[in-house]
Amino acid sequence: MNTQEFTISLFSEDHIGIMNQITIILTRRQINIESITASESAVKGVQILTLVVRTTPEMVQKVVKQMQKIVEVLKVFVHTSDEIIYQELALYKVRTTGLMSGNLIDRIVRDHNARILEVHPEFMVIERTGHKSQINDLLHLLEPCGVLQFVRSGRVAITRQVKELNAYLEEMDQANRQRPGDPESFN
Amino acid sequence: MKTKKEKEKVAEKTNGHETITGAEAILRVLVEEGVDTIFGYPGGAIMPVYDKLLDYQDQLHHFLTRHEQGAAHAAQAYAMVTGKPGICFATSGPGATNLITGIANAYLDSVPMVFITAQVVSNLIGTDAFQETDIIGVSMPVTKWNAQVKKAKDIPETLAKAFFIARTGRPGPVLIDITKDAQFEKLDFRYSKCNYLRSYNPDLPLRTRAIESAAIMINHAEKPLILAGHGVLISGAEKELLQFAEKAEIPVALTLLGLSAFPTAHRLYAGFVGMHGNYAPNLLTNEADLIIAVGMRFDDRVTGNLKKYAKNARIIHIEIDEAEINKNVTVDLEINNDARDVLRHLIPLVNKGTHENWIREFRILDRTESEKVIKPETVPAGGEIKMGEVISLVSELTKGDAIAVTDVGQNQMSVARYFKFSNPNSLVTSGGMGTMGFGLPASIGAKVGKPEKQVVAFIGDGGFQMTIQELGTILHYGIAVKLIILNNGFLGMVRQWQDMFFSKRYASTELVNPDFVTIAGAYGIPAKTVSEREDLKDSVKEMLDAEGPFILDVRIDREANVLPMIEPGASVSEVTLTYK
Ligand SMILES: Cc1ncc(C[n+]2csc(CCOP(=O)(O)OP(=O)(O)O)c2C)c(N)n1
Ligand SMILES: [Mg+2]
Repeated sequence: MNTQEFTISLFSEDHIGIMNQITIILTRRQINIESITASESAVKGVQILTLVVRTTPEMVQKVVKQMQKIVEVLKVFVHTSDEIIYQELALYKVRTTGLMSGNLIDRIVRDHNARILEVHPEFMVIERTGHKSQINDLLHLLEPCGVLQFVRSGRVAITRQVKELNAYLEEMDQANRQRPGDPESFN
Repeated sequence: MKTKKEKEKVAEKTNGHETITGAEAILRVLVEEGVDTIFGYPGGAIMPVYDKLLDYQDQLHHFLTRHEQGAAHAAQAYAMVTGKPGICFATSGPGATNLITGIANAYLDSVPMVFITAQVVSNLIGTDAFQETDIIGVSMPVTKWNAQVKKAKDIPETLAKAFFIARTGRPGPVLIDITKDAQFEKLDFRYSKCNYLRSYNPDLPLRTRAIESAAIMINHAEKPLILAGHGVLISGAEKELLQFAEKAEIPVALTLLGLSAFPTAHRLYAGFVGMHGNYAPNLLTNEADLIIAVGMRFDDRVTGNLKKYAKNARIIHIEIDEAEINKNVTVDLEINNDARDVLRHLIPLVNKGTHENWIREFRILDRTESEKVIKPETVPAGGEIKMGEVISLVSELTKGDAIAVTDVGQNQMSVARYFKFSNPNSLVTSGGMGTMGFGLPASIGAKVGKPEKQVVAFIGDGGFQMTIQELGTILHYGIAVKLIILNNGFLGMVRQWQDMFFSKRYASTELVNPDFVTIAGAYGIPAKTVSEREDLKDSVKEMLDAEGPFILDVRIDREANVLPMIEPGASVSEVTLTYK
């Protein structure tokens, strides 16, 4: 099977059950969620879920259509990694003694664009944002010093498309204004 | 009953609005939405609603079934024959979970329904309180939408959304779970129907360009075939389908749930497709050069082996649910719209066609099927009574004017094959789920929805016993349904598979049955057993002439198989016509 990484950006009304419904769609198709991030979007009351999944191009289309069908979902976009600007964030807790040898710290900060968040006699906390491979590179570099904890966030992504969600929402509202009835009472 | 004065007291006016309880608000919404029939079953958490129902008896008729599953199936059948949403009430916990089979059944068959379940008081939610189940979580995968209401003031708006969502787009069941405290709480009642949700857009702009392309493809096709499904009935496109088929002269094949969308007797009727469908349309699916699929979803029971399905055809898919397009079968042209809207636009664009030679191919295969299968099944030379002969006799005697209800198994496939449909929505069956036990309660809902129609249910001896308690509902309300038990002493369809694919090892399929006539007697329902062919016609007539309900227990050939059959994994062109 020709699988590939896809980033799904799903805009929805702020509604409790959405995450559950999304996972039902993916688990039925045996698709593992590699990462998931929920946050507010630029539009008030609209939340955005960013999911990273690995599957075939045909299958991603099928599940995206099923997600789009969920009543509270406004719009779902699916992108390959080269179509989006994305970042992940990682925190590393490393033994201070291990790090103090040589000029490792300088290299980490300079070459890896990392930041030191806290320094304690026993450990230091380092932060790095980037792509998964960059985050893993730093992890490998730090391993000999003794990594006490490591955690990586889900992906956050921004699309390159020009038409923003606001435009879609306006279109929808526009279409509705032309119909009879009283739309104001609900939504 | 409350006196008028008492009623007025309850409905005090404040600020021009009425102050009523949440329980009453539920009933008021139903009235506002044009509901007059409810199927359900009471219990602790939903008691405030049932109590208020006594005051609304003149507007809302509640049918107490004998199990919540029965209420769900009855309400679904009611929806299928009337086109109105089916309404169903149940209490929290076991009442709600007993609905699940019925909800899932309605979901797979796209039937608009509003389920109202009661929930424990809101401060107990999440504590495993008595009769608390997370019905929102449980029903999520089988509802089009669901929501919980914990405040009386949210009842009107949530129910308005529920009706809007259930009825529009691809219809489906919705479930609203309402806590007991919200039923007691008061609210200022004001209602307006919902017709817009910005995240849910059932009104799709008509894809006129795609329809124009479709017309060109149709006008150039030499062997076109229409495959029509439930979507035609849901969108009310039967007339348009007929006009389209007649103008372009294209044979029309129907899926199980599409049956009755096109008259069986029409010269362009190609038959029923799928595992036990007719010979010609199955076989010729692989000969067609163009398939026009209307309101159907290429279910695996229709397509057989996808790798060998319709490989000579270009496929046009007219379908309101975008998620169904390119799901099972990759299509050449998609038209993501309502079936009727598309057909109306398409008809003027297609040329008057003639496909004489192509249509002749169907007739030739029809003759083969008729000789090898249909005649021996419907007009047997001798031997035991056949399922097909009972069904075609009833079909003949009711002149296509009855509503046929089925259960699941051989009985269902035989009705699909041998009942002749002339009116839309005259078949009520469980398609996507294949739920045994559907038939008996569904016949109740169908009769309640269309009391002027003869409603005849064909039910297997196995399935009859899955919801047999609904005989109590028939007794209680005197519902004049005609139930035919096609009694073969077996879980026939499973026995058939054991015969064909498991070396005739009949594991747990033979039934030891009760005397159904005695059971009917206990429920006060006239009944009769028939085991001889010479008694069949008179007994069926007696059943049809009976004013009230009637049960006919017909002893049929015990080990007959439903044919033709496309074996699991086989292609539509590998139909088994005879099997020894
Ligand atoms: C609730 C449920 N359980 C099991 C099945 C599997 N099943 C399909 S057909 C069938 C046999 C039905 O037997 P009967 O009701 O006597 O009908 P017949 O096939 O003999 O006409 C069974 C067990 C089912 N469809 N539904
Ligand atoms: Mg049987």
